[in-house]
Amino acid sequence: MNRYPAWKYALIVVVLLIAALYTLPNFFGEAPAVQVSSSKSTVKVDTTTLARVEQALKEANISADGITLEAGSIKARFGDVDTQGKAKDAIQKALTPDAADPAYVVALNLLSRSPAWLTSLNANPMYLGLDLRGGVHFMLQVDMQAALTKRAESLAGDIRLSLREKNIRHGGIARNGQAIEIRFRDSATLTSAKNLIQDQIPDLQMVEAPDGTEYKLTATIKPEAARRIQDQALKQNMVTLHNRINELGVAEPVIQQQGIDRIVVQLPGVQDTAKAKDILGRTATLEMRLVEDSAEARAAESGSGPVPFGSERFFERNGQAVIVKKQVILTGENLTDAQPGFDSQNQQPKVDLTVDAKGGRIMRDTSRENLKKRMAILLFEKGKGEVLTAPVIQGELGNRFQISGSMSVNEASDLALLLRAGSLAAPMDIIEERTIGPTLGAENITKGFHSVSWGFAVIVVFMATYYMLFGLFSGIALAVNLLLLVAVLSMLQATLTLPGMAAMALALGMAIDSNVLINERIREELRNGASPQAAIHAGYERAWATILDSNISTLIAGLALLAFGSGPVRGFAVVHCIGILTSMFSAVFFSRGLVNLWYGRQKKLKTVSIGTVWRPPSEGGLAKS
Amino acid sequence: MEFFKIRRDIPFMRHALVFNIVSFVTFALAVFFLFSRGLHLSVEFTGGTLMEVNYTQAADVGKIRDTVARLGLNDVQVQNFGTSRDVMIRLPAQKGVSTAQQSDTVMAALKAASPDVTLRRTEFVGPQVGEELAQDGLKALAMVVFGIMVYLAFRFEWKYAVAAIIANLHDVIIILGFFAFFQWEFSLAVLAAVLAVLGYSVNESVVIFDRIRENFRRYRKMNTEEIINNAITSTISRTIITHGSTQIMVLSMLLFGGPTLFYFALALTIGILFGIYSSVFVAAAIAMWLGIKREDLIKGPAKKDEDPNDPNAGATV
Repeated sequence: MNRYPAWKYALIVVVLLIAALYTLPNFFGEAPAVQVSSSKSTVKVDTTTLARVEQALKEANISADGITLEAGSIKARFGDVDTQGKAKDAIQKALTPDAADPAYVVALNLLSRSPAWLTSLNANPMYLGLDLRGGVHFMLQVDMQAALTKRAESLAGDIRLSLREKNIRHGGIARNGQAIEIRFRDSATLTSAKNLIQDQIPDLQMVEAPDGTEYKLTATIKPEAARRIQDQALKQNMVTLHNRINELGVAEPVIQQQGIDRIVVQLPGVQDTAKAKDILGRTATLEMRLVEDSAEARAAESGSGPVPFGSERFFERNGQAVIVKKQVILTGENLTDAQPGFDSQNQQPKVDLTVDAKGGRIMRDTSRENLKKRMAILLFEKGKGEVLTAPVIQGELGNRFQISGSMSVNEASDLALLLRAGSLAAPMDIIEERTIGPTLGAENITKGFHSVSWGFAVIVVFMATYYMLFGLFSGIALAVNLLLLVAVLSMLQATLTLPGMAAMALALGMAIDSNVLINERIREELRNGASPQAAIHAGYERAWATILDSNISTLIAGLALLAFGSGPVRGFAVVHCIGILTSMFSAVFFSRGLVNLWYGRQKKLKTVSIGTVWRPPSEGGLAKS
Repeated sequence: MEFFKIRRDIPFMRHALVFNIVSFVTFALAVFFLFSRGLHLSVEFTGGTLMEVNYTQAADVGKIRDTVARLGLNDVQVQNFGTSRDVMIRLPAQKGVSTAQQSDTVMAALKAASPDVTLRRTEFVGPQVGEELAQDGLKALAMVVFGIMVYLAFRFEWKYAVAAIIANLHDVIIILGFFAFFQWEFSLAVLAAVLAVLGYSVNESVVIFDRIRENFRRYRKMNTEEIINNAITSTISRTIITHGSTQIMVLSMLLFGGPTLFYFALALTIGILFGIYSSVFVAAAIAMWLGIKREDLIKGPAKKDEDPNDPNAGATV
């Protein structure tokens, strides 16, 4: 009666193996490492960089425990801190010959020591929260109203331009908050203007109203367009933040969207909040300037002459020098959008740029006067300029134009990203800030670990003395529960925080409930005179519904915490919920497997080792009527 | 080993009235303290700056208080945290001054007074974030209460749902009462603990209710009071052992978890202690007074023979 079919045991074994595999990386600890990432948005870390790093290490006679390239950064692990330091120097020397203008960030880091075959299975250790590893945490609020106002302002300019192009006379265009108000003398012009705007700017919705003797058209951004603008603003701000944080050389920054208008930035290991804030708030700027193409400039480009007066020399990504006029045509302020795409005529990759009305006017004038000349787009980061691209002006440009030519699809999307990410789309405020010292983090880990292990030990000892063999089974099931919990958390790459460790301890305390329910029930069946096999069977079967009921009610609480909690509460809730689920598996399914394995084969089972089964001396047991 | 050698059903319900009066008084006191003293909300809720500093020797809290007070900051709290060398300083949110500047000036002043001070942790929360957290907390509480009630009403009957939720809110209010009376700091972690208690405490009620339902089916001659007494008596060993093991874990957190987990573990400790009591006396008694009957749970014509192996016969423990 108490036998599991072979497939159930197979299932248990498979689950345990997988769990062990994914728990394993957490035991290897961390090794000192050197991380190479790009410090400029124009420099990419790829396989050639990897080769350079390997070469540099070989030359310096340093052997790394493992070098990996992932997510745009190279990580090399070393045996000890000494080698790590030497390796850092060697790599730095090879990759950044010019210390004043480093193209790469070479940072010290700690990486999991887990072997490569585990990493290749995607088995990584849990990510430790800031409260366990130390660092700074910022929550930034993006000023969406400002983003929308900025957009309305640029749309107002666009309207002005369109109306002038079509010779529609208006009595003034004004921006009132996020609404654009346009006055007209008569309703006929109003209607034609309205049709024109509807045609050209589909993002606007319009309401017309008589206003004294005049007619007023109020245009506002459609809600769905507003949502899109907000979304873009947030994404752009995140990309910009990413670029800036790279400059800090932080090993594993976390930049996450939270809600519709917030960004969480976590910088592990960084203690200097002032510097971090300075860099987060710094702006990169984008400039468009004409390329100087006089003979002197040509000479200066090839390095055989001085840079002509009124010009500057900048470099392209590939090292090609470009002589650019000092006069700035447009800045990133005027650029409203940049999207990669394909040219409809020759199917070549292109980047579509949109500038605001003022920018459009300047572009038109400049392009008309400088046909067939080159225009450089420069990105200034950390006060240093670089030419992103310098295309030839092919025709008269308006407020929408495109850059096309010899570029790959990847290059086009990179360029669009760079153009968009040049500056923040909307201002941001720091609304929450936390700094946790590294020693405090280490202390927190030890404390969390101690609470779990002491509690666990006492419970197992108690269960084994009180329920004997069954208690031991419960203890093993509890250990399996811990294993599963850690494995699932590692698989999900959840961030472990101190409240998360507390939830782990609590989950173990509560998980034993299921086993107590089962064991008590088995005792009760035995007390009422059931045969051992029947008692075991009934114990597990009858307790199941109760276990399910009580766990679901706990799960409801956990899910509510997950839905409405933030920060530490969420960390708690994730572990809490997963702990409930794994406990159902381990306490009911797994522990029964153990019991079945031990007792199930014995046909004539006389006694069960479940501690004292006390029977009242008078017959009948508990009062029954 | 067997701790529970119970010969006869313990007449819990005979004393239900007394216990419920005690309960009600405790509850009323908790509510009174909540209103009169209020919760000592952490920086996370109120907004403001929290600094944790560490000295190499025992810190002179009075001196630190003076140093900070000299900066012209109002309503500053300075207290020891964990050990005598760790000090926690709370600064309220100030208009116009960024809290980073605030913590920088405080740190500079402390450094000037005693150079051996190191900053271990700072936390700053804008007032608007705090407000949202408080709202989210209340929403979470409402969700938990609602979710559990719906689930219990669906699994059992509305009377059980009402009884269980009153019993569990009773636990929650009493925890809050403790925090209000002793002015312990009520942080986000404590809120998480309170909500976890709510879910946990329902377990107890569910186990007893499950047994009540089973008894209604099995012992046709017993009256409701006897059925409840029997249900509680036969599950009391499990209730106490389960609570005991959870309590062991929580105590381990209280002892080894350090100051960061202290109030969290404390809230759980109170919740678990009152959880045993409330599910036995409050939940069951209220369910009794709401008039639970055999007929409510057993729908349709009653079966003549009970099949002990019938999977639909209800849970038994």
